[in-house]
Amino acid sequence: MIVVASTTVDLARTQFATTSIYHFLFVPLTLGLGPLVAIMQTLWLRTKDEQWLRLTRFFGTLFLINFAIGVATGLVQEFEFGMNWSVYSRFVGNVFGAPLAIEGLAAFMLESTFLGLWIFGWNRLSPRVHLATLWIAVLGTWLSAYFILVANSWMQHPVGYQMVNGEAHLTSVWALLSNGFALRAYVHTILAGVIFGSIIMLGVCCWHFLRGRQVELFRKAALLALIVAVPVTFLQLIVGNRFGEAVTSAQGMKIAASEAQWNTCDPCGFSLFQIGGFTKSDETPSFSITIPRLLSYMATGSFSGQVQGLNQLQAKEQRKYGRGNYIPDVRVIYWAMRVMAFAGVLMFLVAALGAWLYRRKKLERARWFHRTAIAAIALPYIAATAGWILTEMGRQPWIVQGLLLTSKATSPNVSTTWLGISLGFFVTLYVILGVVDFVLMRRYARPEEAKPREELAAPAVTY
Amino acid sequence: MNLVNFWFVLIAFLWGGYFVLEGFDFGVGMLLPFLPRDEGERSAMFASIGPVWDGNEVWLVVAGAATFAAFPAWYGAMFSGFYLALLLLLFFLIIRVVSFEWRDKSTNPAWRRAWMWANAGGSAGIALVWGIGLSNLLQGVPLDSSGDYTGGFWNLFTGYPILGGIAFMLVFAFHGAIYLTLRTVGDLCERSWHAARLLAIPAVAVGAGYLIWTVAVAVDNNDKSVFPPVLPAAIAIAAFVLAATFVYLRRSRIAFTFSAVGTLSVVATLFTSLYPRVMVSSPDFANSLTIQNASSAHYTLAVMSVVAAICVPLVLLYQGWTYHVFRARVGGEELTGAAETPAA
Repeated sequence: MIVVASTTVDLARTQFATTSIYHFLFVPLTLGLGPLVAIMQTLWLRTKDEQWLRLTRFFGTLFLINFAIGVATGLVQEFEFGMNWSVYSRFVGNVFGAPLAIEGLAAFMLESTFLGLWIFGWNRLSPRVHLATLWIAVLGTWLSAYFILVANSWMQHPVGYQMVNGEAHLTSVWALLSNGFALRAYVHTILAGVIFGSIIMLGVCCWHFLRGRQVELFRKAALLALIVAVPVTFLQLIVGNRFGEAVTSAQGMKIAASEAQWNTCDPCGFSLFQIGGFTKSDETPSFSITIPRLLSYMATGSFSGQVQGLNQLQAKEQRKYGRGNYIPDVRVIYWAMRVMAFAGVLMFLVAALGAWLYRRKKLERARWFHRTAIAAIALPYIAATAGWILTEMGRQPWIVQGLLLTSKATSPNVSTTWLGISLGFFVTLYVILGVVDFVLMRRYARPEEAKPREELAAPAVTY
Repeated sequence: MNLVNFWFVLIAFLWGGYFVLEGFDFGVGMLLPFLPRDEGERSAMFASIGPVWDGNEVWLVVAGAATFAAFPAWYGAMFSGFYLALLLLLFFLIIRVVSFEWRDKSTNPAWRRAWMWANAGGSAGIALVWGIGLSNLLQGVPLDSSGDYTGGFWNLFTGYPILGGIAFMLVFAFHGAIYLTLRTVGDLCERSWHAARLLAIPAVAVGAGYLIWTVAVAVDNNDKSVFPPVLPAAIAIAAFVLAATFVYLRRSRIAFTFSAVGTLSVVATLFTSLYPRVMVSSPDFANSLTIQNASSAHYTLAVMSVVAAICVPLVLLYQGWTYHVFRARVGGEELTGAAETPAA
């Protein structure tokens, strides 16, 4: 995120965007590849087919290289709330701190400890117990995602609290944990993780097909990836759509901005593409391709539903919260929504095409598809990044929807110099980590040379 | 005991758990440039903490998040106030995390040496920053009336906190050397004994000096009497002396037990000295953050107490099981990784 930033708030936002987007490049692959590796190890234990063991080790190594950066960058996220956003931290600590602490105690402990057991336990635990350690670690990662999304969803749609002396106090932990927004966001995120895992697995398999290496072995993995990817990418299109309905009721402004819908419409068309129409002074696009009534359906679940426009919502918010601009950056939100949705559809098409080729027994030979599937590795990353930009920038100017403005939430004693130093520090460090991680992932994922290299197939850290 | 006190004690316990467990990991890391004679021994040292360091580090994550949830004002003041120090800490934490996972991904000697130094430097740096940071909570830092830190980066570096940083490094190095006598074999084990003997006197001396100074600072800066802080301080000093004694007697288990008790008691001394404040303000003592004015409301603390009552014993149970699983010593023959991976 290269944003020309000058004020404290801009710098703090740029830093949060940079570090959280970066963190989330690694998290979903952990969420998705973990269960896939666990399935492969389970299949090995069930069938005693050594090929599943080799696949477990191969993808297990990729899983762990990726996991390390997820942990390292997660620490930054935890510190950053207090460092850059101390006013926010005091304001929400009662509510927001609780799921974070539960995440640490109930989920992150589980995942870190049991992953250590899995990595080093191959010869010290019985095969069944060893397999169980991986499934428990996977459970830890899934629980972890839940609590983090409970915390984030409270910023999108605050529930179960009351305001006391200018701070949000928790009144019902059940309301917090069963926040409908959080549950939908959770399903959406977990599916995204599984899509990451299966699409990247498919891409790696196709890389091996393309080079003609270990075709027999990777056909098995490709089948598993396809069995997962086809239904899940399809399901995600539906779930994403239903998630949109929850956003409509909680954050009308976000939906209106994501469609650049300046005035209330009924019924509303969904524009696939438009030129212009992103600012108050230029409300009507000079060109657009629109599908009639689709927006009504996506936002409300009915083809004749009404969607409120930005102007009407702005007037309403001004009446409620006083003067100010409550409209987020429409251009960014509009395109973030489309990039995410189009990438989602493309992933479904790639998966469906792969499944069709597999049925026709052409998957290992369709070189054009191999190249497509390798390129498709970028899609989940693009979709997830766009999704978070939509979620977080669509909430602006609020840091907690309707309760606290982002501009009032930063640490008062942290200067732009300090923020500049830390931003430069994180960008530099993250670029270096990213390059090393990419080189390592590529090296350990690449089609092995003539014969399988033992060191490359090792499941994990062996020291 | 009301809930605010309970959470103060629980957070102290989380810090204690973090330093007892990660303390020896830091010690092993700091000894990496000195103890091993070859790559095999370096790998053995990495392997001695490989399965457990990640779980140990989560104690810090939990301590941080629990502070956020139970004492939001403390979390906000400390993390925004110690800004550049924590940035430095994050640097050390990150290079250390990746050093564990990345070092063995290549056989290139320069690559391995670089990550060995990242682990050693990260371990030393983390110990130093926490020693300095936690000591500053007690010595007092300039806070304004809304609890915001008004000092700069260099304010944190005065005599007492610097001694705290050095004491943390020495104590953890000592603790780590004893851990290695439990987990290694042969020559490496002998050299671990040697390192533990060499470190024993400086660790005990500097540790004791720091603990005594801590009690003095508690009296001078935090309006405390000598008792009760002197009690955990005395226990800590006695435990370190006993640990040193048993190192000379070559009794590794009991020496390790005492260095762990000593480390835990150092944290207990700090938190007893702080109580009932969590962050002392100096020169405006009235601006200090206390467990009352920094804490969350009763409901949040009650919910979190239920979670902690269920989760903490479970964590202790399964982490304890992990140590049981990996109780065997790591020796030269395992270094190829053959013993850790199936022979398929």
